[in-house]
Amino acid sequence: MTERPLLERSGHSANITEWEGTVQELRGLVSPRAFTGETMLLNMGPQHPSTHGVLRLLLELDGETVVSCVPDIGYLHTGIEKNMEAKTYEQAITMTDRMDYLNPMGNNLVYCLAIEKLAELDVPERAQIVRVLLAELTRINSHLVWLGTHCLDLGAMSVFLYAMREREMVLDIFEMVSGQRMMSTYFRPGGLWRDVPPEFIPAVKAFIDYFPAKVEEYETLLVNNPLWIDRTQGIGVITPEDAIAYGCTGPTLRGSGVNWDIRKAMPYMGYETYQFDVPLGEHGDVYDRFYIRMQEMKESVRIIRQAVERLEKTGGPFRSQNRKYVPPPRSELGRSMEAVIHHFKLWTEGFSLPEGEVYVSIESPRGELSCYLSSDGGNRPHRVHFRTPSFVHTMGAIPKMAEGSMIADLVAIIGSVDIVLGDCDR
Amino acid sequence: MGVAGKLGNLGVVTTTLEAAINWGRTKSMWPMLFGLACCAIEMMSTQASVYDLSRFGMELMRASPRQSDLMIVAGRVTRKMAPVLRQLYDQMPDPKYVISMGDCASCGGIFNNYAIVQGVDEIVPVDVYVAGCPPRPEQLIHGIMTLHEKVKTQRIADWA
Repeated sequence: MTERPLLERSGHSANITEWEGTVQELRGLVSPRAFTGETMLLNMGPQHPSTHGVLRLLLELDGETVVSCVPDIGYLHTGIEKNMEAKTYEQAITMTDRMDYLNPMGNNLVYCLAIEKLAELDVPERAQIVRVLLAELTRINSHLVWLGTHCLDLGAMSVFLYAMREREMVLDIFEMVSGQRMMSTYFRPGGLWRDVPPEFIPAVKAFIDYFPAKVEEYETLLVNNPLWIDRTQGIGVITPEDAIAYGCTGPTLRGSGVNWDIRKAMPYMGYETYQFDVPLGEHGDVYDRFYIRMQEMKESVRIIRQAVERLEKTGGPFRSQNRKYVPPPRSELGRSMEAVIHHFKLWTEGFSLPEGEVYVSIESPRGELSCYLSSDGGNRPHRVHFRTPSFVHTMGAIPKMAEGSMIADLVAIIGSVDIVLGDCDR
Repeated sequence: MGVAGKLGNLGVVTTTLEAAINWGRTKSMWPMLFGLACCAIEMMSTQASVYDLSRFGMELMRASPRQSDLMIVAGRVTRKMAPVLRQLYDQMPDPKYVISMGDCASCGGIFNNYAIVQGVDEIVPVDVYVAGCPPRPEQLIHGIMTLHEKVKTQRIADWA
């Protein structure tokens, strides 16, 4: 086979069924009993139907009980943060979509917020409302995929089909505003790419009228289902103290009863003006995390309903008028020489940000998503780093929850934490 | 009477062995449940209720490469994942086909950097490339139908 050389170049042996490193490297990661053969080492992934991507776990098993769990990540490392340093600020937005591919609008949002904070760029009210609206639709979109795959992992096939049916409605709205179903790149520094089309508000209204009944339908299928309860209650328990110590955020933390939501704690985009509740769990098990996400979908509908009402009343620009950062509309180019100059500057070299560093956080569907942006005064980011919830959860929470659980419950635990490997590895 | 009476006057269908086998292969081509990145979500959409891949006899996604005929490389292939992908391909029984779904799998897409294999055809032979970032479910279905057309032209003489 002529394809072989690449495998050799990449420094991997073709045989990956065994742990690649030496046994010595595992010392400290697994218990000493593994070296005497008392416990068994088992490889799970990276090609596994319920690792939600390409996560690899090295499991140490005592019978069917998991003694320790060592995650091996990086199978989807894309070099996005490094690649962004070679792009201008506006070009780099396309990269953020592809990190957490279930939450593209949220990734755009956190990156744009970082730029806006550093540039002290204003965002018009209309753009803020649309951003909140679409961010919450993205949350519903993400939770629907989570619900479908989580149920599929635990053997409930039909919920997957229902969830994906509703998800298509959300994707149609994304396509309506941005022209793309998933990788929308719709949020731009200072506002939005374009104004929303006239058919946007009727489509969103149709969705929020239709969707709550569907959430109820999922709940009738699952909430009191004895099979579902057997597989989820009391499984993968993490105490509030541990959850905080291991850096859990989002539904994983709130499942343990800790009231921490960035939308309430450090509001952005005017979230403090919306009425919504933060659902909390009690036991910190798989069931509570499942239940919280179901409630969050309802809360998102509540926020969207308020946002639609405001959007109907709010006109005005959809993007900042600061020509240093935002290109002029095409209609101005024929009339104003200044507009032509701005247009040329922005589409050739892009804008430059003042020297400095910022750190902003938002509440992504998975937890706290933060962006650290460092600028050296040029037109490209000096360094961008994303603090992604999936990474923290994969490295900390999953091994912690897996300890002492049965191997069959590991699938439920991974599903309940809702990791996205693109978010984890970047 | 007997069988002929039950079957009724259906006549006779003549075909070639090649055509019959190729027809059978296209009608139950089981894809491998193998998602890498964003495109895997669109692959799931294709399989789910709205686009319904079972219309093509492909609703059974097999998690094991040993039970699958078609590998849909859905997403970016990293250098760390490349040997895994090759081993999965090697484990699939013949006849096997590969669809490279999306720009990243086809040519590296927007990620021209140290981490991403610039096209999965560097490690496995690809039958059909589907463009898009990510491709719409319709595009993937078009890719699958293109593959079906290709399978229908296979000849016994070419079987190894």
